[in-house]
Amino acid sequence: MSEVKFTEDHEWVRVNGDVATVGITEYAQEQLGDIVFVDLPESGAELAQGDDAAVIESVKAASDIYAPISGEVGEVNDALDAEPAIVNQDAQGEGWLFTLAISEPGELDNLMDADAYKAFVAKL
Amino acid sequence: MSGTDGASLKRTPLHDLHLSRGAKMTPFAGYDMPVQFSDGVLKEHLHTRAAAGLFDVSHMGQLYLRGTGAAAALEVLVPGDIQGLAMGRTRYTQFTNASGGILDDLMVTKGEDALFVVVNAACKEADIELLRAGLPSEIAIDVLEERALIALQGPAAAAVLARFAPAVEKMKFMSSIEIELRGVSCNVGRCGYTGEDGFEISAPAGEAGSIAEALLAESEVAPIGLGARDSLRLESGLCLYGHDIDEKTTPIEAGLQWSIGKRRRAEGGFPGDAVILDQVASGAPRKRIGLKPDGRAPAREGTRILSSQGNEIGTVTSGGFGPTVGGPVSMGYAVREFTEAGTPVLLEVRGKMLPATVTALPFVPQNYYRG
Repeated sequence: MSEVKFTEDHEWVRVNGDVATVGITEYAQEQLGDIVFVDLPESGAELAQGDDAAVIESVKAASDIYAPISGEVGEVNDALDAEPAIVNQDAQGEGWLFTLAISEPGELDNLMDADAYKAFVAKL
Repeated sequence: MSGTDGASLKRTPLHDLHLSRGAKMTPFAGYDMPVQFSDGVLKEHLHTRAAAGLFDVSHMGQLYLRGTGAAAALEVLVPGDIQGLAMGRTRYTQFTNASGGILDDLMVTKGEDALFVVVNAACKEADIELLRAGLPSEIAIDVLEERALIALQGPAAAAVLARFAPAVEKMKFMSSIEIELRGVSCNVGRCGYTGEDGFEISAPAGEAGSIAEALLAESEVAPIGLGARDSLRLESGLCLYGHDIDEKTTPIEAGLQWSIGKRRRAEGGFPGDAVILDQVASGAPRKRIGLKPDGRAPAREGTRILSSQGNEIGTVTSGGFGPTVGGPVSMGYAVREFTEAGTPVLLEVRGKMLPATVTALPFVPQNYYRG
């Protein structure tokens, strides 16, 4: 069974065993607006929690995406090269960004669960 | 991403209209302005190019210069040929400084008993000071505080506005008339900042909301925010003050030599004339260029431009995604040797050297009314 956690920077992390899939939340895609380019990390890159991991460019601005937890980048979502708008259409599904081989599982405990994130967004 | 406190910001006469239509608001030049409506920047941009968009540009400064010799007096501050303006015609020019740099850019229209001047919101206080200091005391400077400015832009703009005032349909590009819209006397100019045909409507603050609502009720018209205003003008190769032009760039470097009439080139008599006229004669050391990144990554303001050999040759001053182009577009300045269309260059984006090509401006053909 997979578990989804959220960060205050509006990233989501879906954990399957020791692999985490990372994306941005529905709230984040709505705030960013039309996404026109996604700069993804290199497969094999070692990221520490909070590192710059990716950049999402909307028509208006570039936004940094941070590594929600530490790990080595596995797959990246190459479909976004041709069609970055997938992130707008399905941010928490087909619009995933990259996977991480989890190196510090304890970091997941500091992230929010779905209810906590919902409450967090409600206050923004 | 948190909300902005709009309390200390100024509001335009259309502020309530923006809120009622679900605008996302942002501070701009001291005003609480709509950056986008519910359709978003991309759709708003494409809608303007396909039909008509309504923009609130009431934050811009509107003023009248009155008095005998106002045109000659204004020419002391700008390189444009103001005395040569025919009645009802509009010209684009710049306030320049002693080194030929640009203090602001502006539109000047010759009216029956005054020059009508429109300046940038962020510069308007400084511009008014400049005019007060630079014009003789017999020229009155009448700043229009209780006035809205509404831009209606796009290929359907003329047909829409003609339903309210048929005479606008045959107006020449860069001309202006006093005309009634829904019984309200307005100043309507055929000009804009999108590269499309269109109009700017100067209306009394109290009636502007109902005029805007009436225009928005027409099926072709959608409200458009500052986000799309920026992408539209960028694709059309139009300069944004404070970004593509500023006090460190001259009109010649900016590619605005067309705005300096023959008589002014011959006579000079404006701030920075020595520098500017020398650049007219022998070329500027650097020029504003268009840039198309070969890939998909936008190169935004501040991006370094390098030659294919890796030498720094300039900087991007505006850049983003061009919805009509369907890809990234940028403008910037490069040293003269690298400004020819087709020249391959590199753009340093997040530490990566991305190939790009110098491209003629505008990126999309301008669609002005040529009667």
